[in-house]
Amino acid sequence: MGHRAAPVMSQISLNMPLRRIYSDAPGRTTGRTEGTPMKRYSAFAIAREAFRHHTGWTRAWRSPAPKSRYDVVIVGAGGHGLATAYWLGKNHGITNVAVLEKGWLGGGNTGRNTTIIRSNYLQDPSAALYEKSRSLFETMSQDLNYNVMFSPRGVLMLAQTEHEKRGYLRTAHANALQGIDTRFIGPKEVKEICPIMNTEGPRYPVLGGLWQKRAGTARHDAVAWGYARACSDMGMDIIEQCEVTGVTRDGGKVTGVDTTRGRIATDKMGIVVAGHSGRLAEMAGFRLPIESVPLQALVSEPIKPCMDIVVMANTVHGYLSQSDKGEMVIGGGTDAYNAYTQRGSFHHIEETVRSLIEIFPMISRLKMLRQWGGIVDMTGDRSPILSKTPVDGIFINCGWGTGGFKATPGSGFAFAELMATGKSPLTDAFSLDRFREGRFIDESVAAGVAH
Amino acid sequence: MLILHCPYCGVDADETELSPGGEAHLTRHGPGSDDTDFESYLFMRENPKGPQFERWRHAMGCGKWFHAARHTVTMQVFGTYPAQTQRPPQEILDRISAAQPGWRWRDLGDEGQRA
Ligand SMILES: Cc1cc2nc3c(=O)[nH]c(=O)nc-3n(C[C@H](O)[C@H](O)[C@H](O)COP(=O)(O)OP(=O)(O)OC[C@H]3O[C@@H](n4cnc5c(N)ncnc54)[C@H](O)[C@@H]3O)c2cc1C
Ligand SMILES: [Zn+2]
Repeated sequence: MGHRAAPVMSQISLNMPLRRIYSDAPGRTTGRTEGTPMKRYSAFAIAREAFRHHTGWTRAWRSPAPKSRYDVVIVGAGGHGLATAYWLGKNHGITNVAVLEKGWLGGGNTGRNTTIIRSNYLQDPSAALYEKSRSLFETMSQDLNYNVMFSPRGVLMLAQTEHEKRGYLRTAHANALQGIDTRFIGPKEVKEICPIMNTEGPRYPVLGGLWQKRAGTARHDAVAWGYARACSDMGMDIIEQCEVTGVTRDGGKVTGVDTTRGRIATDKMGIVVAGHSGRLAEMAGFRLPIESVPLQALVSEPIKPCMDIVVMANTVHGYLSQSDKGEMVIGGGTDAYNAYTQRGSFHHIEETVRSLIEIFPMISRLKMLRQWGGIVDMTGDRSPILSKTPVDGIFINCGWGTGGFKATPGSGFAFAELMATGKSPLTDAFSLDRFREGRFIDESVAAGVAH
Repeated sequence: MLILHCPYCGVDADETELSPGGEAHLTRHGPGSDDTDFESYLFMRENPKGPQFERWRHAMGCGKWFHAARHTVTMQVFGTYPAQTQRPPQEILDRISAAQPGWRWRDLGDEGQRA
């Protein structure tokens, strides 16, 4: 078990100059106007707090009342919305920003996913965006001074039919041309990397797998919390319990939003609400090529370490990894019809677990502790939409469907550039008009159903 | 577990016996049609958070396609009806109005009926 998550302490303190560790002052002061300055987290801070009974920790982000006007309003404080705000400030100097969230921060799909991170997609625009994102995960804990527990433990996508094998071989070649470090491995190597796997059948023997070694997992909540803390520190307002209920326009141009906490004026708005994208688009007066369906996950009781990689079995719709707490984290396929129930159909769990037991016989007697669902926003080509919209000043970032957690930092980076400058090389291909023009970015082959 | 009544064979079918066919009452725009119409037919969807009209096939039963009206949040089923129609039966529309006054779906809904 050579490549587990780096220990917590080392991620907090590595690469941090001593001067910054000792200082209580915020790392950046850009645009900051009120409240106590953010305290840096470090090994020394933990030691110092231990001596004063942990009375000195401050809130990670402020909880301000909404102002009447912002330069930019982001709707949705999931990972993507917060990452967008972060990069607007960091790369484009735009800090008069509000992030509006109807529930609690990170309570949507960001806090419900199985945290698989990889970048070995088939098409060039996807590979570029997902690899940008994966590479940002490598240094995210240091960049945000917040431990997001990025664990590049390796992701293996099993080939269990001849067609799937051929598909992954094609992806491996595409990835070689794109400069993405991934390769196709045979069943013997699969068994070496993951000894608990039964590679010999009965229904779908393992014919090999697409293996990305620097892929892995991260702590989903921490990604949202880390970005929220950094945004708040730049002076941005993150406003929870604030649902957007309407969009005000003047002609073809956005002028603001109606919320459960009053009207907020803005002439630039980013819609980043995953499963609720269709609702926000309706408020703004346009339609989307999106359907919202439940996707489920479940976790087992914690057990001793038995598997130190992530395995995805797309033919049978199941994926498996082991959390740092020891729980087996299991994800499956989506429901095949629209719903906003955040629970999903029970028979999908049965299907997922049934097929995973064939591949991992040792999990057959585990008790499952809890199950939940999130509402994922599916597009026809299984690729996201990062785009301008028919309404001037409104931008949309959605359609990440079953696989957007891995894209959180890169999506924010690219979408912020699009919002700030009107153009981004990373988002060009993902525009809304690709459906009309037939320029699909077809990832349904490489990714199966769930990714 | 979702249970829908098949209007053809009369079976109350469990969802594992059915296969979903997506949004109902789409107007098919074929080759030679306008780009906007074609895009709208192939990709654009109402995707409502509320009452929705959709197609289902009794795949493990009689094999026929039919329509259902279902609420996407409460999962209430307002009724099922045969495929050979452009418009849901009035009694189903009334049932939806009783459950959710002011509802809308494309040109249907409480306001649609008044207009
Ligand atoms: C069970 C499951 C497993 C998954 N597994 C993986 C995986 O292994 N790897 C991976 O890469 N991806 C995975 N995903 C997908 C991933 O979770 C999402 O693509 C990603 O988290 C989307 O992030 P987001 O910030 O766009 O959306 P969200 O985190 O859903 O944030 C959107 C926010 O908008 C808010 N909102 C909605 N409407 C309004 C309104 N009117 N006003 C104000 N706020 C509003 C919501 O409350 C929500 O907090 C999985 C998803 C699920 C459900
Ligand atoms: Zn029937």
